[in-house]
Amino acid sequence: MAELDTSGGGKKGKKVRSKKANTKVDLTAMVDLAFLLITFFMLTTSLSKPIAMDIAKPDKDDNSQEKNELRASETMTVLLGKNDKVAWYMGEAGKSKPNVESFADIRKSILDNKKKVADATGGRQIVMVIKPTSGATYKNFVDIMDELAITKIKTAPAIDDENITDAEKDFMKQAGIL
Amino acid sequence: MPRAKVQRKSTSIDMTAMCDVSFLLLTFFILTATARQPDPLDVTIPSSTFKLKVPDLDMGILSIGKGKVFYEIVGKDIKMATLDKMGEKYGIKFTPEERERFGVVGAFGVPIQSLKQFIMMSGDERTKSGIDAGIPTDSTNNQLAEWVMQSRTAVAELHNAPMRVSIKGDAKEEYPAVKKVVDILQKQKINKFSLITSAEGDAQ
Repeated sequence: MAELDTSGGGKKGKKVRSKKANTKVDLTAMVDLAFLLITFFMLTTSLSKPIAMDIAKPDKDDNSQEKNELRASETMTVLLGKNDKVAWYMGEAGKSKPNVESFADIRKSILDNKKKVADATGGRQIVMVIKPTSGATYKNFVDIMDELAITKIKTAPAIDDENITDAEKDFMKQAGIL
Repeated sequence: MPRAKVQRKSTSIDMTAMCDVSFLLLTFFILTATARQPDPLDVTIPSSTFKLKVPDLDMGILSIGKGKVFYEIVGKDIKMATLDKMGEKYGIKFTPEERERFGVVGAFGVPIQSLKQFIMMSGDERTKSGIDAGIPTDSTNNQLAEWVMQSRTAVAELHNAPMRVSIKGDAKEEYPAVKKVVDILQKQKINKFSLITSAEGDAQ
């Protein structure tokens, strides 16, 4: 490769000797390859690790009386329906009409409601209730939990897949997402 | 007077040492990289922006996909201890060779009755035979709950630590299938678990 002949060309008038083969091997290509492989193995070992999303669900057998009542006005309920649609409403079920949205818009709604609750109550955190219905996929559930993390909702969301009220079911049927 | 000639030096560098070092590192990385067991159940995990890495000790991973549930216990010693306990529970005797082979099995999804057969198969046969129909989760024959329970005891006994339960669900899996598994976990008072997702770029 980039090797210059520095051996001096003074061979005139001498006997022609059998040429000695250079024993040096050019290792550049080999080193290139080795480093490429090193990089590959370094990256794959540390980057292939999957990510864990910690989820806590309410204890089912917990019958203690110290359950806190949620303030309806500070609660946003998100229903996960089929076809990647969500329905959300603020406050009590049945009193306010739920909005049907796609996952692309839900983040804005969460942020809006978070701000509204904080403004109305002097900085209190919004309470989120997530209700995955039978039409939702696992991805929807992960997505909504991810949205909560992105919108920095600090209070732990209540994941409730047991008590989906009739009013909620009716609405979702009407909207065609159950 | 002739000009002083600048001595020409060879531009080639001796690469031997560099080559040695790079291959040493290469060997190290190849050896430390754990060979990934092929997943018998093909799941596409959803992505999230969470940053927490999955720990690789004291864990049980439940894979859910196509309505089937597979279970993977992390750690050879835990696997073998769990197998002993399960054998005791269901009255199946496992030979030392079977224990040894089960110690290196990745995720599995067979009813315990055909586990012996499953263990003795080679990797190819396992996928071809169609023996892996998932671990039974019916209320009358809830082997999954038993597996989780026994592996938790094994982890508690051997490592003196609580076992983390992770759920690896297929993105398209319907929520009720996931709920069924979560309900089994909640029956055992596991109210906290991790969902395994792949990394996603920061969303703003």
